[in-house]
Amino acid sequence: MFSFCTDPASLEGAKWLSCYLTTVKHMSMYYAVVTVLLLLAITAPTALAFGFVGASAARSQIAPLRWVGKTYIAVVRGIPDIAFFLFFVIALDQAFEYIRHRIKCPDWEEPVRQGNDFIVCTAAKLPLGNSPQWMHETYGFMLAVLTFAIVFGAFAANVLFGAMRAVPKGQLETAEAYGMSRGQTFWRVLVPQMWVYALPGLSNLWMVLIKATPLLFLLGVEDIVYWARELGGAKQPQFTEYPHPDWRMWYFAALLIFYLCFTKVSEVVLDRIMAKLTHGQATAAGEAQRKAAA
Amino acid sequence: MKNLVLTTAALAVAGSMTFADGHSVVRLGTEGAYPPYNFLNDDGEVDGFEREVGDELCARAELTCEWVTNEWDSIIPNLVSGNYDVIIAGMSITDERDEVIDFSEAYTQPDPSAYLALSADVDLAGGVVAAQTGTIQAAFVANTGATLLEFATPDETVAAVKAGEADAVLADKSFLQPIADADGEVMLLEQEELIGGGVGLGVRESDGELRDALSAAIASMKADGSLNVLIEKWGVGAAF
Repeated sequence: MFSFCTDPASLEGAKWLSCYLTTVKHMSMYYAVVTVLLLLAITAPTALAFGFVGASAARSQIAPLRWVGKTYIAVVRGIPDIAFFLFFVIALDQAFEYIRHRIKCPDWEEPVRQGNDFIVCTAAKLPLGNSPQWMHETYGFMLAVLTFAIVFGAFAANVLFGAMRAVPKGQLETAEAYGMSRGQTFWRVLVPQMWVYALPGLSNLWMVLIKATPLLFLLGVEDIVYWARELGGAKQPQFTEYPHPDWRMWYFAALLIFYLCFTKVSEVVLDRIMAKLTHGQATAAGEAQRKAAA
Repeated sequence: MKNLVLTTAALAVAGSMTFADGHSVVRLGTEGAYPPYNFLNDDGEVDGFEREVGDELCARAELTCEWVTNEWDSIIPNLVSGNYDVIIAGMSITDERDEVIDFSEAYTQPDPSAYLALSADVDLAGGVVAAQTGTIQAAFVANTGATLLEFATPDETVAAVKAGEADAVLADKSFLQPIADADGEVMLLEQEELIGGGVGLGVRESDGELRDALSAAIASMKADGSLNVLIEKWGVGAAF
């Protein structure tokens, strides 16, 4: 990185540290921070969408739709995250490949499962075996987003389901009295008012989601915890220009600070959103706002 | 969001292309945390004995190869489900693994496993011995009188000894030797265990052609002595 970094063994103190912290390997760690933030930025709205659909389905008038919604919430909430992440992603990946296999290779005669091996024709591989590494990484990332969204979507669905029921009955009855249809009542009265009841639960989920990102490594995405472990481990002089003893404590301390700052910022932002949503609502906090303003 | 759209578009384009030959690129899966066999160098690239062997094997077998890292725990499941084509991760050939995957010819001699401890007088028969999960050493310790303490990465097993959590760690001698050399606190014990039958490449059982090509390349490296040169350079046990 810097011009004086050609012979790290001769350096000391701050100079050595500045070279050490800018090796290509460390850059991978900084890049992983971006990966984690990107994952959160994509996963949170996706999970919320899953949750919204799940909650709407769970309170649907149509029985089969209701069963689907309730089963989704119950099954995903009941399975340990780690089991879900280990099993489901491989299953999902194989399901995608199997579908593509049926479409692209109708003449294929060998079985897809041969003993332990899962074999689809080469055109059905996802991503294709000869595509560049970044494609494999992006695909892995997409699978991660989808898995996170499904898991956290189930929890969000349960929160939203409760929030929808918490909206005062009088509001809905009034809407009906004004002649609104079921759909109109749902979109114009229920949905705008439910967020204030959903937010405490959703903010909890957001916090858990932030802290759950190390699960990414189970999916083959190299996240910051992986790099902290890899970079912090003791390095012998034969294998690196920057030998050092076990420094994982410092790396994990840095992670701790990163996560703490991140959750603190989230808390501040969520508090502001809560204040906004509470405005004009028929809740205790809304009442307090009104009195303070008066 | 823009990135997301771009990447999905890229994936869709990639998905619509069809290639006849799937093995035009052979993906080599390794752990990247087990020097001198495989580790990540300062540039974040896979390096070590297996990097050099793997690159040479691919050149001899006329394959285009790509390196991928995967954690040790799930290295076999990801091979059989097709995320990469070859395991090259210091994996000893054992009967148990051979039931699930196939192995090429061995490219190292059986390396004796050694104990690393803080002092020479630890009780190996009744003490706590650390080993990496899913290794031959872990299986070995489980069958002795010692209490087995498992860790996901080799690095953590050594850290456990230094922290006093375990009395000793059992691992390949070639992995422990550089640590004992560099670190004044720990030492190798005299007692060694001969387990395992040499390190081989793992391939899917249905991939016989690839296995034969790689075995032939290993045999040719053995024949002209180039494998011995690498074994000596990286210090991974005896020469052939």
